[in-house]
Amino acid sequence: MSNYTTFNRNEEFFVDMQRCIGCKACEMACAECETNGHDSMIHVNYVERSTTIQTTVQVCMHCEDPVCANVCPADAISKDEFGIVHTANTERCIGCSNCVMACPFGVPKKIEEYDLMMKCTMCYDRTSVGKKPMCATVCPSGALFYGTKEEIKEMRPNSSPVNTFVFGKEVVNTKVNIMMPKGSTELIIY
Amino acid sequence: MAKLPVSIDKIIEQFGPSLNYAPKDGFTGRDEPDEVVNTHCCFCGMQCGIKLLVKENKVVGFDPWMEFPFNEGRLCPKGVQRYLQNNHPDRILNPLQRVEGKGFEPISWDSAMDKTITEIKRIQEKYGKDAFSMLSGVSLTNEKSYLVGKFARVALKTKNLDYNGRLCMVSAGAGNKKAFGLDRASNNYSDLEYAEVIIVAGANISETFPTLTHWIWKARDRGAKLIVIDPRVIPLARTADIHLDVKPGTDSALYGAMLKYLVDNDMLDHDFIDNYTSGFQDTIDAVKDYTLEWAEEITGIQKEKIKAAAELWGKAKTSFLLHARGIEHHSKGVDNVLGCINLVLATGRIGKPYCGYGTITGQGNGQGGREHGHKCDQLPGNRDIENPEHRKYISEVWGIDEKDLPGKGLSAYEIIEAIHRGEIKGLLSICFNPLVSLPNSNYVREALEKLEYYVCIDFFLNETARHADIILAGSLQEEEEGTTTSAEGRVIRIRQAVTPPGDARTDTSIILELAERLGVKDKFTYDNSETIFNELRVASKGGTADYYGITYKRIEDNMGVFWPCPSEDHPGTPRLWEDKKFKTPDGKAHFNPAPYKLPGEVTDEAYPITLTTGRVVSQYLSGTQTRRIGKLVDQFPEPLLEIHPEMAEKYNIKQRELVKVSTRRGEGIFPANIVETIRKDTVFIPYHWPGQKSANLLTPGTLDPISKIPEFKVSACKLEPLNEIAPLGTESKAYASI
Repeated sequence: MSNYTTFNRNEEFFVDMQRCIGCKACEMACAECETNGHDSMIHVNYVERSTTIQTTVQVCMHCEDPVCANVCPADAISKDEFGIVHTANTERCIGCSNCVMACPFGVPKKIEEYDLMMKCTMCYDRTSVGKKPMCATVCPSGALFYGTKEEIKEMRPNSSPVNTFVFGKEVVNTKVNIMMPKGSTELIIY
Repeated sequence: MAKLPVSIDKIIEQFGPSLNYAPKDGFTGRDEPDEVVNTHCCFCGMQCGIKLLVKENKVVGFDPWMEFPFNEGRLCPKGVQRYLQNNHPDRILNPLQRVEGKGFEPISWDSAMDKTITEIKRIQEKYGKDAFSMLSGVSLTNEKSYLVGKFARVALKTKNLDYNGRLCMVSAGAGNKKAFGLDRASNNYSDLEYAEVIIVAGANISETFPTLTHWIWKARDRGAKLIVIDPRVIPLARTADIHLDVKPGTDSALYGAMLKYLVDNDMLDHDFIDNYTSGFQDTIDAVKDYTLEWAEEITGIQKEKIKAAAELWGKAKTSFLLHARGIEHHSKGVDNVLGCINLVLATGRIGKPYCGYGTITGQGNGQGGREHGHKCDQLPGNRDIENPEHRKYISEVWGIDEKDLPGKGLSAYEIIEAIHRGEIKGLLSICFNPLVSLPNSNYVREALEKLEYYVCIDFFLNETARHADIILAGSLQEEEEGTTTSAEGRVIRIRQAVTPPGDARTDTSIILELAERLGVKDKFTYDNSETIFNELRVASKGGTADYYGITYKRIEDNMGVFWPCPSEDHPGTPRLWEDKKFKTPDGKAHFNPAPYKLPGEVTDEAYPITLTTGRVVSQYLSGTQTRRIGKLVDQFPEPLLEIHPEMAEKYNIKQRELVKVSTRRGEGIFPANIVETIRKDTVFIPYHWPGQKSANLLTPGTLDPISKIPEFKVSACKLEPLNEIAPLGTESKAYASI
């Protein structure tokens, strides 16, 4: 990728599920980006609305070693020098859905209308010019935050950012952090 | 004026609601707008800062306004999508007249104005001045609210003017005046961050004021304890320390029992009570029998939880109490509010850093709109229309003889009742949709059908406007300069981003022309919104809501100024009562006895279930604006009947089964949503929809005797499953258009 961007390397993405109120402002704001064709690349889900009002929000975790890119037979998915895992290159993507099946977080979606995999690029159109991702900017409850580790440490003294996820024997490190109870260092997914 | 000129379907075909989406291939030129306008969201009382992107006199998108101090760029889904109401296909572009059998057809402004003035004069000559009434809305800016109040009294010369804040927070306003002598939330919301305990009572903040949740979560991050009082487990309650699932209509019993617990366990600020308050003894005498056991029986909340909440509240050093419509929409809404205020005063936690209290205004200018004189009992500056000194002052500002200034008129629902009785014959409304937002919709419709003349100023043909004789094509928020006052009490600037499309006009110019044609042009000479604001400043000077020191420039320079601000060198007042000098006649904060009373309607054998109503995150009030924005409708396309699994089982109701819900006022049909997040004896329906899907077909017209707010939150109902599962998707979505 070019050196012409003003991507701030100190800023990271933090997701605090405790704060999510399920309002979907992030989805609506993400879809405002015309590079997505007005499809949201972030997804809010009710775990089980009939029994709880807990919601989750899922953004691309931008893995250090992205499985989606590794399994892509067409080399359509790339990761740049800033750690952003980009959406499929439209000229290369063959719509095979390998990435959809391989991602441990369930992020990439194949949009049938375009026969193309699309995913969050951490608002590269904004972050590459020094702005914050749209979803994190509008999130009314602060469930999504984009900034520095120092800022989040000051803001959330009872939480720790975690970006190591353990899936069985597989350890996945990501550019995106999940806010966990203070002192946590990894999230083990059983 | 009678029934609709053509079928509803034909009206919908022409005027919507139809759904507006951002074009799939994007707005042409959105990347390079002609202009970026810093203004505010047109919806709730948070009045979040937002930048509107303007291209060729159309709003084509938004950008977060990161620098605005309250929301710092944050927005809810309504805020994100609000720009789509501009350039909407349903927009009324010309004045319209009703044509029987044909619907609504464009006419010239001259004809619309001529007919309106002729009818106003005819009705007033035949039946008297007060037989022509006006209903206003608090989506209007401060300038327009002020102008409407003056127009009704000086041009129409009617006493019968009221506003849709009557359906919002007037119970809080009345309670605030009784307790503090001034009607405003006591603090700016940044004080929340360091509060030790926060009580949120009857306020679904996470769905109705989402950007406020940030400040509550900030406090939680600092270790604050959160107490949520609500019959439903609202999203904010998910991580609350204590959730008190109060039975609708019993709130004052809960506050009374908590107050008694504070007294019994001496968790009181005696210094504050002794030196700065009055009425304490009478107030605690009124709750002397309110044991925890008694409260458990009345409210349905376990006594251990009430005790735990009282302990948390009593022991805290700093605290914040917020409430909204959940406790205000009652026939004893003022008592509920006073019950909350008593808890605040007993612990003396007001007028100090990180200690506060307040109602959260639901409508965009719910705060400012209740200060500038379009309430039936009020003059600008929150002055009393029956106070001789106040009348004299405003008469002088307006250049009229005091004897010509009408007195107190009827409140909103009472105006409808007077129309129904045939006492009021004419109506002018602006930005108010009573057919959806008032209770007892069938009764409201009957009243509209009895009017001899109804003229409406609006930008979409809302459900009530369909009954009008003439519609004057008015303006959106972003089409006029002005100010609003957020729920914090911060006066902010609304910027004109575009001009009204087609032949539509600004609301201000319409009102000014009506005034001119009514022969009082000399009383309505304004160059622009700022000159109206400058007159408002003078009119408010010396009143409790004193804006005199606030200027457009000061607002601009400071991103808002908090009232009261009595002079141009005054910094404004983000936190009230730091001087302990209250605005009551004796200068003290007043405790007020708030004994528990039954709601206006109680359950019985015929109607055994309590129905309560509220909102959802993607819709706003009567839905005039939000039911026209595609993604907001997609998110919540229709009102669902929330029902607990145990009640669903009892009545053999399945998930998404259509259920007929009946009260003594009417019946509606709603798909069931079986959830564990509601009390077992209560069902919930959101109220943003009209027609068969209107919650307000069911709600009663019982009014609080002081605030005249209707009791939306308590109805006795019965349920009847219809043995039909509601379709999902587009068929179901069609309900949104009814």
